[in-house]
Amino acid sequence: MSATTPIIKIDGISKSFGSFKVLDGLSMQVMPREKLALIGPSGSGKTTILRILMTLERIDGGHIQIEGEQLYHMERNGQLLPADERHLARMRQKIGMVFQLFNLFPHKSVIDNVTLAPMLTKGTPRAAEQKRAMELLDMVGMADKAKAMPAQLSGGQKQRVAIARALALQPKIMLFDEVTSALDPELVEEVLNVLWRLCAETDMTMLLVTHEMGFAHDFADRVLFFDRGRIVEEGKPDEIFRNPKQERTQGFLKKIIAAGHRV
Amino acid sequence: MTQWSGYFGLIMQGALVTIELTLMGSVLALVMAFLAGMGRLSRFFVLRALATAYIEFFRGTSIFVQLFFAYFVLPLVGFELTPLQAGVLALGLNVGAYAAEVVRGAVQSIGREQHEACIALNLGRWQGMRHVILPQAFLVMLPTFGNNAIELLKATSVVSLISLADLTFQAQVVRAQTGNTMVPFTTILVIYFILALLISWGVRSLERRMARGLDGVRV
Repeated sequence: MSATTPIIKIDGISKSFGSFKVLDGLSMQVMPREKLALIGPSGSGKTTILRILMTLERIDGGHIQIEGEQLYHMERNGQLLPADERHLARMRQKIGMVFQLFNLFPHKSVIDNVTLAPMLTKGTPRAAEQKRAMELLDMVGMADKAKAMPAQLSGGQKQRVAIARALALQPKIMLFDEVTSALDPELVEEVLNVLWRLCAETDMTMLLVTHEMGFAHDFADRVLFFDRGRIVEEGKPDEIFRNPKQERTQGFLKKIIAAGHRV
Repeated sequence: MTQWSGYFGLIMQGALVTIELTLMGSVLALVMAFLAGMGRLSRFFVLRALATAYIEFFRGTSIFVQLFFAYFVLPLVGFELTPLQAGVLALGLNVGAYAAEVVRGAVQSIGREQHEACIALNLGRWQGMRHVILPQAFLVMLPTFGNNAIELLKATSVVSLISLADLTFQAQVVRAQTGNTMVPFTTILVIYFILALLISWGVRSLERRMARGLDGVRV
């Protein structure tokens, strides 16, 4: 795969919840290793895009390609058929996701949260997986809590475990869905620091839905501003945050700054 | 003056039969509860229909009639059952139907975010069910399973009607032989109550053990 071929290619997708059209013919591309920030008012469809890429929501129309391969369709004898569960499972190997509310498994210890999926899906022996899990927990600064249960952790600690858990499957693309929105302000930074580390130490493609505008500015290679299911404006962080061209982008950023967020 | 010690031995023999029935019936009920409860949640219409038919049928007909059917009617079509087998079958299937709804409800009570975590971690449907959803749902099921087990214990007394020598049957024997009603029935009343207490206590301690580390907060 050459550096000029997009790793994610979204082509005219639409999605409705009942009569509410969340995405309307949306197209976008993401290059390998790119760090993308998706910003915009709630209900603008940015989280839905992540959920669609993780196959948590199905699309009503359009196509998505991951590394040149159809996500929701499979080719059989030159025909495009809806993807079956096996195809989806294979495609999901490329993608990981971290959720706003962590979604840890409450009945499993920290290390078991991390090792469960690799052991089940890759069949690697427990010892090897535990060693890897400890490395990942060390990377997110949670190695000393490996034996703890999720209920014993703070929000920031839970989210760092959730990141280690997603990393354990070695995805090429990581989706971060408002990963700091549910955290107390003083816990936000410890999670953002982990994202910085991932950025420096891995070559994952990262898509980030966030309300942390300061972080989005510093972290992202490219920022997409969403409103009503469409990309209203996109560009380098400096262009979007310092000099937005669209009125809706200006209005949104003004509101965010008024609410006390740093840009 | 009646010699109570011999009669007490008789009642204890009955207690053993009641305990045996309760244990075996509970095992069958548990198996049926998971089969039918998961069947209700299946993607496949046939499985859902079978599970629903089973649950509605066994909840909707009397345990007496089910027992009589198992013991008196099944032999007519070639299934000869001992009283114990008929008792376990009727009790297990009957209580299993109630418990199946407990299984279904508990599985459905586990939040969508847990299912989504399973998908995001690429677990298969069954893997997610087995390792993530069911272990959490089981904790939700336990208290109601305790109720079901006590219901089953109390329902075992119907087997006395097909001459299985359980607690109730033996109490009637004692009553017939001694002419005393108060002593045998008071005795078995207390024994049933103690057995029910043991079930409650057992389920509660199991619950406590399994809930360790989980404190109900969102994780």
